[in-house]
Amino acid sequence: MSFQYAPAPESTAIVNIKSSNGLFINGEFTPGHGTPFKTINPATEEVLAEIAQANQEDVDAAVRAARRAYDKTWSKMPGRDRGKYLFRIARLIQERAREFAVLETMDNGKPIRESRDVDVPIAAAHFFYHAGWADKLEFAGYGTNPQPLGVAAQIIPWNFPLLMLAWKIAPALATGNTVVLKPAETTPLTALLFAEICQQADLPPGVVNILTGDGDTGRMLVEHPDVNKIAFTGSTAVGQAIQRQIAGSSKRLTLELGGKAANIVFDDAPIDQAVEGIVNGIYFNQGHVCCAGSRLLLQESIAEKTIESLKRRLQTLRLGDPLDKNTDIGAINSREQLNRIIDLTKSGEDEGAQRWSPDCVIPEKGFWFAPTVFTNVTQAHRIAREEIFGPVLSVLTFRTPDEAIEKANNTPYGLSAGIWTEKGSRILAMANKVRAGVVWANTFNRFDPASPFGGYKESGFGREGGIQGLGAYLTSEESS
Amino acid sequence: MSSLEVHPAESHKGLLSFLAGLPGVDQVGAEARAAALGTRSIKKESKIWAIDMAISMVDLTTLEGADTAGKVKAMSSKALHPDPADPSTPSVAAVCVYGDLVYAAREVVGDRIHVAAVATAFPSGRASLGVKLADTKEAVAAGADEIDMVIDRGAFLTGNFGKVFDEIVAVKQACGTAHLKVILETGELKTLDNVRKASWLAMKAGADFIKTSTGKVTPAATLPVTLVMLEAVRDYYQETNTRIGVKAAGGIKTSKDAIKYLVLVNETVGDAWLTPDLFRFGASTLLNDLLLQRQKMITGHYSGPDYVTID
Repeated sequence: MSFQYAPAPESTAIVNIKSSNGLFINGEFTPGHGTPFKTINPATEEVLAEIAQANQEDVDAAVRAARRAYDKTWSKMPGRDRGKYLFRIARLIQERAREFAVLETMDNGKPIRESRDVDVPIAAAHFFYHAGWADKLEFAGYGTNPQPLGVAAQIIPWNFPLLMLAWKIAPALATGNTVVLKPAETTPLTALLFAEICQQADLPPGVVNILTGDGDTGRMLVEHPDVNKIAFTGSTAVGQAIQRQIAGSSKRLTLELGGKAANIVFDDAPIDQAVEGIVNGIYFNQGHVCCAGSRLLLQESIAEKTIESLKRRLQTLRLGDPLDKNTDIGAINSREQLNRIIDLTKSGEDEGAQRWSPDCVIPEKGFWFAPTVFTNVTQAHRIAREEIFGPVLSVLTFRTPDEAIEKANNTPYGLSAGIWTEKGSRILAMANKVRAGVVWANTFNRFDPASPFGGYKESGFGREGGIQGLGAYLTSEESS
Repeated sequence: MSSLEVHPAESHKGLLSFLAGLPGVDQVGAEARAAALGTRSIKKESKIWAIDMAISMVDLTTLEGADTAGKVKAMSSKALHPDPADPSTPSVAAVCVYGDLVYAAREVVGDRIHVAAVATAFPSGRASLGVKLADTKEAVAAGADEIDMVIDRGAFLTGNFGKVFDEIVAVKQACGTAHLKVILETGELKTLDNVRKASWLAMKAGADFIKTSTGKVTPAATLPVTLVMLEAVRDYYQETNTRIGVKAAGGIKTSKDAIKYLVLVNETVGDAWLTPDLFRFGASTLLNDLLLQRQKMITGHYSGPDYVTID
């Protein structure tokens, strides 16, 4: 008998999902005025809850509440007191970590192993980190008396719902701004649980407002005249639309958009760890990662062996129930996204790339896509150029470091890159030449609140995290 | 430098360039992979299966200056019947003792399980080759069918890989039909690059098993070290179609730890290695924890230290 792992599902008893959910405005949950919609568990297609849709009236109310909180309370509060609230929020996230993790996995489809070990701990870390900055902003390099911007409208994607919320809200609050945040339509639940945390932390009403809804809600929020700052993470198309919408206004903007990262493996790389890095780079979170290492660039001399090792490794990935603690690959977040992945992978086959997936049983219900590797991919293929946002790896080869750089940079994106070599000088030389906001050496998909994150070119602008990230929410001019 | 004359680099040119050409091991990455596999959750029937598998892989060990024939005989009967209250409990794989007590173990176990002897001036390995070979031959003559030898870490760390290689070859020859486990003493080799090199060196020299540690040096077996050794064994199999065993020895005290090692084996080399012929635990206290967990899985409640034997 071989070693079968018995099902080890995390219990869902810890979460309490309300059948119907309102908006979080001015410290209270209130019904929305649009037509409610439903959020489902993508692993089972079961409806989890009904969610309010915010319309113009709701957006106005939320921005008004944020403005009032900004003027009356938050911008006037000493930094050390803002810091106390942030520390409190961070600790509450830790205390309710299991609840957040289970809820995230149910609503998003990602494996509990990831929500438990990555999303939730790093979200808490972002609040801890920024809590520390709240009373030290004059030493951050933004002038002697840096000022907040006002009301920040923040729109986040569905791939890391709680973590992206933390990346947005923590720096905004630390710097004295107030927030209206819109979570993604398919993953609103952890944002609503976060709203409960705000209540539990006694955060002054209006400092954080959460509006659920679809793209229309997002557009209304972006267009609202009393918003000073927009922070968006999501697709490049929507990012471009936002930039057009706010042209001519004084609204500040940061965009964190798509990517098509090159993960470059040299012949002197630590191959076993590189294979782990390749797997982590593209199959982590079902490849729903803007900085995913979706283009693998292998030096030709080791290409064959590395692909063989990679395929062997992929055979051990466990796809299935995201709540099972042994699951490595969870569900695709939505049918829409699944269709996009299917469409792009079909184009890969049509254009002549060679497709391979390990044997794995696909559950009957829910949205699933087996981890996939395309070899014989060229720069001309769609799967080498377009962001697939799924567990699909395109493998290309190179002969020299110069060719690796050329191929890595030959993309409209520039969010992240990976370099695998045991040679330190090569790491530094490559990192200087790769046009990507984040460059990982001998690792991939590592996130730390102290390290700035953001892109070049069509991957967006502005940085989140670290001392650089504070700049997106501060001005050195005296507020008027 | 007589050793250099006996083991001229020239005659080991192929070996040296092979070892130099092995890909490096990134320590951070290897530790992260081992830690990630350590989070696998093994429950219910898979846990029962894993505990019985782990018991059957134990080399029940006593390696003390105070060892006596009486102590070894008592341990040997426990090795045959680990849980006297439950005859369905599997026997362990082997007993592991010093060479001079092999006879005592053999008297009790007959040919029902293996008898392993540590040899070659265990644990330090600081003796002449003649002494090491005599040590080995005596243990085999006394009835050991497995020899756990130590490599010359001094020679390894000075880069005299040829000497280490030749010694293993010579001991292997002295073993005759007995299986040879080569102890790398990874706690003294320190780096994972060294662990990978030493693993390959031992396999190429004829090891049937590569073993982490003597148990006399801290740290003994660790998950990252065992991961790197398993990767070497996997790659060796790819090249030669020969399966080499791995023994994790020392420091593994709980069932939970043992199960992590089984997961590591399963997901690194595959379940072909999940047999006592290819994976072992060198341990003394681990067995009792496995037995306690086994009793708990069967009866549904924990017993206590008085419900497992102390031998």
